[in-house]
Amino acid sequence: MDDVLTFVFLMLAATLRVATPLVLCAMGGLFSERSGIIDVGLEGKMLMAAFFAAATASLTGSAWWGVVAAIVAAQAMALLHGFACITHRGNQVVSGVAINIVAAGLTVVLGTAWFNRGGQTPALVGDQRLMPLLLPNAGDNVLVYLALLSVPLTWWIVERTRFGLRLRAVGEMPLAVDTAGISVSWLRYRAVLLCGLFAGLAGAYLSIAQNAGFGRDMTAGQGFIALAAIIFGKWRPFPAFGACLLFGLLDAIAIRLQGVKVPGVGEVPVQLIQALPYLLTVFLLAGFIGRAVAPRAAGVPYAKEH
Amino acid sequence: MGAEAAIELLGIDKSFGSVHAVRGVSLAIGKGAITGIVGENGAGKSTLMSILYGLYRADAGETRIDGKAVRMDSPHDAIAHGIGMVHQHFMLVDTFTVLENLILGAEGGALLAGGLAAARAELERLAREYGLSVDPDAKVADLSVGEQQRVEILKVLFRGARILILDEPSAVLTPQETDQLFRILATLRERGVTIVLITHKLREIMAATDQVYVMRQGAIVADRRTAETSPEELAELMVGRKVRLQLDKVVARPGEVLLAAEHLSLVDRRGVRVLDDVSLELRAGEVVGIAGVSGNGQTELLQILSGIRPPTGGSLTICGRVVDGHHPSDPAEMRALGLAHVPEDRLRQGMVAAFQAAETAILGYQAEPPFCRNYLIDAPAVGRHCASLMERFDVRPRTPGLLSSSFSGGNQQKLVLAREMAREPRVLLVGQPTRGVDIGAIEFIHRELVKARDRGCAVLVVSVELDEILALSDRILVMFAGRLMGEVAAADADERTLGLMMAGAHGGPKAAAGA
Amino acid sequence: MSVPRRPLPAWAEIAVLPLVNIALALLVVGVIVRVIGADPLQALKLLVVGAIGSSESIGYTLYYTTNFVFTGLAVAVAFHAGLFNIGGEGQAYIGGLGCGLAVLALDRFLPAPLMIPLAILAAALFGAAWAAVPAWLQAWRGSHIVITTIMFNFLAAALMVYLMVNVLIAPGSMTPQSRGFAASASIPAMHDVLAAIGIRVAPSALNLSILLAVLCCFGVWLFLWHTPWGYALRTMGHNPDAAVYAGTNLRHMTMLAMCLSGALAGFVGVNELMGVHHRLVLDFPAGYGFAGIAVALMGRSHPLGIVLAALLFGALQQGGAELAFEIPTITREMVVVIQGLIILFSGALVNMPRPWLQLILSPRRGGEGVK
Repeated sequence: MDDVLTFVFLMLAATLRVATPLVLCAMGGLFSERSGIIDVGLEGKMLMAAFFAAATASLTGSAWWGVVAAIVAAQAMALLHGFACITHRGNQVVSGVAINIVAAGLTVVLGTAWFNRGGQTPALVGDQRLMPLLLPNAGDNVLVYLALLSVPLTWWIVERTRFGLRLRAVGEMPLAVDTAGISVSWLRYRAVLLCGLFAGLAGAYLSIAQNAGFGRDMTAGQGFIALAAIIFGKWRPFPAFGACLLFGLLDAIAIRLQGVKVPGVGEVPVQLIQALPYLLTVFLLAGFIGRAVAPRAAGVPYAKEH
Repeated sequence: MGAEAAIELLGIDKSFGSVHAVRGVSLAIGKGAITGIVGENGAGKSTLMSILYGLYRADAGETRIDGKAVRMDSPHDAIAHGIGMVHQHFMLVDTFTVLENLILGAEGGALLAGGLAAARAELERLAREYGLSVDPDAKVADLSVGEQQRVEILKVLFRGARILILDEPSAVLTPQETDQLFRILATLRERGVTIVLITHKLREIMAATDQVYVMRQGAIVADRRTAETSPEELAELMVGRKVRLQLDKVVARPGEVLLAAEHLSLVDRRGVRVLDDVSLELRAGEVVGIAGVSGNGQTELLQILSGIRPPTGGSLTICGRVVDGHHPSDPAEMRALGLAHVPEDRLRQGMVAAFQAAETAILGYQAEPPFCRNYLIDAPAVGRHCASLMERFDVRPRTPGLLSSSFSGGNQQKLVLAREMAREPRVLLVGQPTRGVDIGAIEFIHRELVKARDRGCAVLVVSVELDEILALSDRILVMFAGRLMGEVAAADADERTLGLMMAGAHGGPKAAAGA
Repeated sequence: MSVPRRPLPAWAEIAVLPLVNIALALLVVGVIVRVIGADPLQALKLLVVGAIGSSESIGYTLYYTTNFVFTGLAVAVAFHAGLFNIGGEGQAYIGGLGCGLAVLALDRFLPAPLMIPLAILAAALFGAAWAAVPAWLQAWRGSHIVITTIMFNFLAAALMVYLMVNVLIAPGSMTPQSRGFAASASIPAMHDVLAAIGIRVAPSALNLSILLAVLCCFGVWLFLWHTPWGYALRTMGHNPDAAVYAGTNLRHMTMLAMCLSGALAGFVGVNELMGVHHRLVLDFPAGYGFAGIAVALMGRSHPLGIVLAALLFGALQQGGAELAFEIPTITREMVVVIQGLIILFSGALVNMPRPWLQLILSPRRGGEGVK
């Protein structure tokens, strides 16, 4: 009995460990997408945040300054995205892709220039990391709890507040919002900044909580997986959360499969295990589990047209 | 103008780049009266009202509300001054309920719960006072068009508007629903609400307004007391010359059946029966008009007839080929069989805005000779073709290399019509032939359609403008909720009977669906 | 009515606006260079000299250009169909796999005039196949092609690592690479060809696959603007409803566009494997797929513009390598940053300089009046 409990507990911990950055990113991306701004740049924001979190934690010796720096970095990228898409009505997908590429390059450029380790930051110790709060082996640091909290919080903001009503309206029909005397731009900027906030926390988690430092391209596609989770969750917080947990669980199972021999096939190739999250993403997006309807105005820059 | 002015516009001027949309307009809207602003498409009436509502800022001029000069920098200011606008295309969020749409922008607090409760109470009060009743918890997407318009009006009243601007309100209503709307407006007027009605329908100006301003090419050319003018005078003022409101044509002599549809039905992805048991015949040498408010299945019928979509049930025979759910066709094959299609929405379907006119002129025919030889497109031949189309159909400017989006609505439509008619089709399907087209081009297009008929073509016209159907058709069919409500010979048709059929009430000389 | 963006005079649209976009990108890069403690102007000088300062560097620049042309064309063809193909990395990888497999299977049996075209065909087919799956998912299941193509990039990398380490590795080799290709599968190097006709240039990686690139440019131009299928493809990209009206099957056209796109990206494998490495190796896509997006955007998705943009990027890549060599604090990733900024300024912010340019070039009524 004890063994089963331990097993479940460890699986849960492993699931949350992987799912936390996905959940945070997904909630952030949800705000942006519901407002009508497609955000393919979650990956880049998270990466920049991860780098600045680790760099700042290493230089100042405090994980909390690292978190602050992560948020600032992600917000800067978010503002850039907003500037291109909202103020200049640029193509939102292109902007997101650009941010991802800039982030991928810039993090290594700055990392090499400042730390000279080929893109990595120095390994973090002690206070430079966010340590578990209650259960020493479970990795339950404050960001994990924040991630869990963010789901009902997001739901409440979107469904029960004035801001949420306007957010949903601007993602479906920005013209209705405009003619009601509300600024479409300001509304969307706030959504984008919320997205930056959450992406920043996700990035900080990666480099100073889940791991002990930044490594190049450490996000490894998790920003896109979060986006897939949003789509799969039909742009609602709780289903998206479920999708993120699914990825976490899959990863937890996959790690246990390493080295295991499957009858008839032999050892499961490590590359297949690495590829599982991406395969699952494709599978989810293939809509075998229901079709998703995006916010109607998503991806369309708003311009006054009468 | 007896009553004091609720709104005064003095010297309003507005240009968009090189387009001078509003030229020095001055007018006064009487308080507690219904004032009409009439003009052709593109005359500047909507722009003028958008300036009044704060959506655009005028380059020059002054606005006065109740005698005091005001600045309108955004709809927020207009709403604060008691101005409410009911747009032609409703500003409603489909996925929200009526209540949520009502409070958008006037939520009364950061949390929704309190605002929703207060709005519910206020909605009840407004419904009682003005007779505008709607279910507060219904999703807007589930409401009828007439009900949605009522929600728009309620939204405006909810914000405390005492001045209502309505932009082409009857564009989406049946004649009966339009009468209902004007009854509501009369009630509002009795309560002291000032109303401005923007429309291009002369009949409505005569029926509903006290005062009318005529706009042409951005300027006010006349103002009249409605009681002292007539539709003919207004039409002449709108266009600047005498306008024939009737069409000369010889009696039709229908020949063989070129297109026969039998028991067509269409069920869409959500299981809604969009078309139900539609049967009709098109004969060479006649014009069949399909009347009906948009959204009753006409769009889908055109899609099936032109091959864009297969029917769920029933069949269609065109020039010998039988098309049904098991033997679907496609637009290319239909074209090869001698069918041509002028789509309802020319910008979305009939042309590519970013292409040059020459490229738009071969849309749908790009793989056929003489445009395509040995798998390559012959650019000079394409250019020559476009030039000849432009010549024949008086499309201006006569520049095949110009971007399609640079042409005016009327010229775009003429180009699309030219493209389809130049193939000398045996069957011509036309959807909303004169939507967004100025009067001069309307006359031209109508004459060309009748000429096609006289050449032996079978013409099907689908239009929401009853006047157009009455003017063009030899036989009239009415669609409502996906069914054909009846067939009327043009000579026997009158607006009242047709209006009843359009609203779903059976009636008319021949109540059976087409032979 | 909407404010129509008054287009600038044609020469300004084609030449000036793109240059302004690049200038803005380079300006930002200059700031970054300053931040990491180097001298931007010195860096720029080293960049330019490194790119075109010798016949060797010109050779390398043109070799990089070849790859950028392939991926730029790939992204452009998809753009014209209204699709965003970010899977160039994966399609290049798998295209190379196809090329390599064909060679490893047949190079001992076929002479060069048969082997090389066959390998090129294999690269096209495999690259097209790798693009076909996301295309199918988009067309039939509505799956967001941006996400699926990115996933397929990761999947391609995983697949290639598995194959190279476990299946295709040359016996006795320590690194994951296949056995060397036979001479029949070798695309002649440019310096050899020129030497044969009496022109001496320094050796570089430039090889005759650049001719394939030129051919592809011409082919894409012909296809898009002079065939009915290209017409239908462009119609779909501008206006899917009009394409349906004109009788185009949107799903089939999506597949066609993406398969062409994947095939073009696959040709990177031809250049890298048959022209340079002469064996199957890992990591040869090296960011060309993503850079292709920048090339297509800068080149306005037109073959002529793509050639010019590809030349610029080739120069950047070569110059960047030299720069990284001379100034150690500036790594090769700086080129990635430049690419990303160019995508930003040529793609999302492409219209930002317009108001100023309009003011300078046509100082009549430049005002818009709309808030």
